[in-house]
Amino acid sequence: MLDIDAVGINWARAQFALTAIYHWLFVPLTLGLALIMGIVETIYYRTRNVFWRDAAQFWQRLFGVNFAMGVATGIILEFEFGTNWSNYSWFVGDIFGAPLAIEGIVAFFMESTFVAVMFFGWKKVSPGFHLASTWLTGLGATISAWWILVANAWMQYPVGCTFNPDTMRNEMTSFLDVALSPFAINKFCHTVTSSWIIGTLFVVCVCCYYLYKKRDHQLALQSLKISCIVGLVASVLAMHTGDESAYQIAQVQPMKLAAMEALYNGGTDQSLTGIAWVNPCGQPDYENEQEPPLRVAVPYALSFLATHDIHGYVPGINDILRGDYTNAAGQRELSTAEKIARGQKAITALQEYRRLKAAGSQDAGYLAGLSEIIQTNMPYFGYGYIKDTADLVPSIPLCFYAFRIMVGLGTLFILFFLVALFVLYRKDITQMRWLQLLGIVLLPLGYVASESGWLVAEFGRQPWTIQDLMPTWVAVSEIPSSSVMLTFLLFVVLFTGLLAVEINILCKQIKRGPEYSNANA
Amino acid sequence: MHCALFKKVFNLYYDGFRNMRLGKTLWLIIALKLFIMFAILKVFFFPNYLKTHAEQGHEADFVATQLLGKP
Repeated sequence: MLDIDAVGINWARAQFALTAIYHWLFVPLTLGLALIMGIVETIYYRTRNVFWRDAAQFWQRLFGVNFAMGVATGIILEFEFGTNWSNYSWFVGDIFGAPLAIEGIVAFFMESTFVAVMFFGWKKVSPGFHLASTWLTGLGATISAWWILVANAWMQYPVGCTFNPDTMRNEMTSFLDVALSPFAINKFCHTVTSSWIIGTLFVVCVCCYYLYKKRDHQLALQSLKISCIVGLVASVLAMHTGDESAYQIAQVQPMKLAAMEALYNGGTDQSLTGIAWVNPCGQPDYENEQEPPLRVAVPYALSFLATHDIHGYVPGINDILRGDYTNAAGQRELSTAEKIARGQKAITALQEYRRLKAAGSQDAGYLAGLSEIIQTNMPYFGYGYIKDTADLVPSIPLCFYAFRIMVGLGTLFILFFLVALFVLYRKDITQMRWLQLLGIVLLPLGYVASESGWLVAEFGRQPWTIQDLMPTWVAVSEIPSSSVMLTFLLFVVLFTGLLAVEINILCKQIKRGPEYSNANA
Repeated sequence: MHCALFKKVFNLYYDGFRNMRLGKTLWLIIALKLFIMFAILKVFFFPNYLKTHAEQGHEADFVATQLLGKP
């Protein structure tokens, strides 16, 4: 019998969050900048104007700095799986193995091959082959992201697997169900389009800096036009995929949606909260409050968002805990007590199954019966560990505010891209210092929006490591909290140092600016 | 023909690495980072928990004890 203290779990979670957030500083910029440099080089390929080649080489140089600094930062997450989250790693091993192995192979072969051609091959290969390599570098990074997101989507919506009580692992029954789960597809589309926004905001930031410093006007103006158009398209796509994400969350993770909306008591014709006062310092009293104070809402919008019907039923936190309503699948939703009972039934049957197996039981019929009980109740396995129904409610203020920060900033970016495009084509942006400053400030805000999206996705899934199957405190290894705390602090120092180095190199390269060839000088 | 292709690929990498400027600094940082990750962090701070705690081939039993002991 184990007794993992909450402090240890929180340190392990904090460490994972820190590493993932750090890793996510590099990934979206890689994906986004790959698109921009691909477009810029395509223009060079079509026009053969050396200005565009110089511009492509400049953006590729900045891409290279970010790429190099981001290399292998994700590997630390895998270290943490093996040390801090060993129960989880074993439990999902067979599901995660395939996508992560494919990711590793694709990342290594595609990226290492085409990155080399992209950087070393300007004078060695034909322009067409070079252009193809540039696009394939971006495609390789995007495909890598796909497999990681497949693994993450499975944690939100575990499909295509069956639990094997002999090996204590979930085993994949359908690779296609895992790889092409609707959750994975949408998560991929939303993540990639939002990464394109980060890439465009980076280009906007650099270009606005040049305009502010009154230098490199041609590069700044031409790159701004491209990035604002791409940013606007990416924002519209991100909005669409975000809307689809919310719909899917309503289907399979209604508690996450309820927490995002601070929806304590649901019903039909639900309005969407624009803003409200949710105490940021603690969990609100959702059991007794009707709704958060100072709530400003858009009528019917939440019902439409969650069900695609303005009169649709959206359960609140209390409704989900009580159960006994018709869920999105058209079935009666079990109450928390019923789910806990079914989870405990699965755990008890599994204990008995393994006890008999260890004792060498030959009673195949009885073992098959136990196995049947395990499989039938497996969808609620994780509920067997729930002691207090309050544990099933994620942090409402965190989900509520992180979601609003993401959406609010996303709207700000769209407005900026629209205004900037108008100014670029109809006015003189070189005279608008305020717009240039805004363009510089938007880059950190882009990262805030991107990380906020992940906070919603990951905190909203709590208490689950794997939705409904494994709570966080079961997934964690029995290791002393002091050792996790030590490595956490070590990472704080390491990541801060590496980030300072990256920002320093990037800033130096930006200050140095593009290297114009003689024909373009 | 294969030889010529091999030579071209070799030259691409050879000349590329030789003429690197910024790349040298970046490779140095990558090497340092990989050293910290694999030679220090992995070895001293992130051992595989199951390998160090469960008997080889009996990981499932170990995890079962962990999972089924928790309710």
